Amino acid sequence: MNKKQKKMLVRIIIAFVLFAGLLVCGHMGLLESIEHTWILFVVYLIPYLVIGYDIIFKAARNISHGQVFDENFLMMIATFGAFGVREYSEAVAVMLFYQVGELFQSYAVGKSRQSISDMMDICPEYANIEVDGLLTRVDPDDVEIGSIIVIKPGERIPLDGVVVEGESLIDTAALTGESVPRRASKGDEIISGCVNGSGTLKVRVSKEFEDSTVAKILELVENAGSKKAKVENFITKFAKYYTPVVTISAVALAFVPPLILGGSFGEWIQRACIFLVISCPCALVISVPLGFFGGIGASSKLGILVKGSNYLEAVAEMTTIVFDKTGTLTKGEFKVQEILPEGCGREELLEMAALGEGYSNHPIAASIREAYGKNINMNRVGQAEEIAGEGIRILVDGREVLLGNEKLMTNKGIAYIPCESAGTVVYGACEERYMGAIVISDTIKEGAKKAIQSMKQVGVKKCVMLTGDRQQAARAVAREIGIDQVHAELLPGDKVTKVEELLKEQQGKEKLAFVGDGINDAPVLTRADIGIAMGSMGSDAAIEAADVVLMDDDVGKIAAVVKIARKTLRIVKQNIIFALSVKALVLLLGAFGLANMWEAVFADVGVSVIAILNAMRALKIK
Amino acid sequence: MKRKFKLEDLDCANCAAKMEEAIKKIDGVNDANVSFLAQKMTIDGQDEKFDEIMKEVVKVCAKVEPDCRILL
Repeated sequence: MNKKQKKMLVRIIIAFVLFAGLLVCGHMGLLESIEHTWILFVVYLIPYLVIGYDIIFKAARNISHGQVFDENFLMMIATFGAFGVREYSEAVAVMLFYQVGELFQSYAVGKSRQSISDMMDICPEYANIEVDGLLTRVDPDDVEIGSIIVIKPGERIPLDGVVVEGESLIDTAALTGESVPRRASKGDEIISGCVNGSGTLKVRVSKEFEDSTVAKILELVENAGSKKAKVENFITKFAKYYTPVVTISAVALAFVPPLILGGSFGEWIQRACIFLVISCPCALVISVPLGFFGGIGASSKLGILVKGSNYLEAVAEMTTIVFDKTGTLTKGEFKVQEILPEGCGREELLEMAALGEGYSNHPIAASIREAYGKNINMNRVGQAEEIAGEGIRILVDGREVLLGNEKLMTNKGIAYIPCESAGTVVYGACEERYMGAIVISDTIKEGAKKAIQSMKQVGVKKCVMLTGDRQQAARAVAREIGIDQVHAELLPGDKVTKVEELLKEQQGKEKLAFVGDGINDAPVLTRADIGIAMGSMGSDAAIEAADVVLMDDDVGKIAAVVKIARKTLRIVKQNIIFALSVKALVLLLGAFGLANMWEAVFADVGVSVIAILNAMRALKIK
Repeated sequence: MKRKFKLEDLDCANCAAKMEEAIKKIDGVNDANVSFLAQKMTIDGQDEKFDEIMKEVVKVCAKVEPDCRILL
């Protein structure tokens, strides 16, 4: 509790004691002996002022500023009304109850705000710089690129940079949700916001603070609040009309029925007061954004950045998810998958291919050399000739070797056996004799299959894969991990067209997400309803273009965001329905004289508190 | 120019919304955002007018929610 809240608590206690005393006196009949009602009025006025003086003060001040319809004014009118009809104890009780509710509400909001900001607490406070052999603490903002900073064990890494000395384990959990620490030693890049483990590191700073990963993430998180969900906009609009409508109804209720039906004004004014107390839309105005904030907080705990509550809302309605293949579902690393020798040994074929591809730096060549794994003696390789779009002809140990695709084999008149495997196929021939084929393909990410399964479990109807790869390769990957639809052999520009086609197939509120690694697919990320990018630990382009960023590139977490989004939306809707129906009910009962002040105050602050507590559940979703 | 300010004692969400609306109406302000949850205010305004804008912002906020202080 802060100072203000403590002060309020003391006032509540004093007012409560005084009021309780009066109630006891009243029960014992001591107050009946007072002849003049004005004395009674003064007696009740004491606890009333103790508990409510600030309300009256604020109401008066706000009216002078032209702000008429605020809670303070309404509470003042309502309790003055109670005094006016000589319900003294009710006036005090209502004010007391209202203040208790307000205190509780401010405490709950403060608490929840605290727990969210604690979680976002990745901002480094200082950096250590070595000057003349002494360590000095400076503001990370003042450190220039190229400076050497020292990060002691347990400290937060203040700036992005490259390790120049030392070795340590780095805890990236705050950024990625990944609990296994990463090893960093000389030459490794490290990013700000992570926590250093047990070793001391000397780091050469590579980015200024405002461009560093941590500054970028903090900015994203702080701006998340400005992109509002439809539900939030609805509430803001609703709040604008709600208060004036209820207040005008209250005035009408106070004067119209007694003028038409006759009867006393007192009774109707009391009913009107009930209206006034309920007229604040606070429960809604607080709890809806708080719920979304909690949902965004829960996602970032898992290493998923959601850039606004509108995107969280969209994720909850996501039914189609489109993947880019390379880098998203596959690692983007080529590996030899199959060796199919024909009339020779596996080793022989591989050795020949490795020697033949010895000079090339193409990823395919590199993967063959890696599969061979032994040192390559380039003295054995003679003259080489590259045949564009087909392959190469090269002399190995004085013999003519051909390595390439089907075209090369056909053109050179080699009787080869066409290979149906998925992936890139390199055929080999030596001295015009077919030696066999080597199949190379991208490796599927561990967990990709499980990720697709879990997305289906949370209700994603269609998983689509887009790729520039060959049909066979694409289909094989799709089959293995359970993708429903494949569009292969696409040029980069075709991806946008395909996504647009898929967007047209969506019905009603259904949303489409595109998942990419952020390289070359920024236009697609923007075009889709939800662009999900692989954060790749700080790839700026991806972070900027996307709406949702997976900090550790784990597609498996998409299902988790969907779950969080759905639950958040459910909580928000519960709050709206709960708050509106309680208010509507009490308004209705109040109009017919069936509700009293107590119920009215509950419909105001009580509902707020319950809605806030409910909204906080969004933060705890796992 | 975009600048961020911390807010103190911003107690009610409805007031934050009212403040935001009032600030947006100030001449020279392109966009404004008052976050009740972060207790922060972002103002995007014309560079040359920024000082005047801030004076006006303080005035407007004092009108809407006198308890709330802007930490400049």
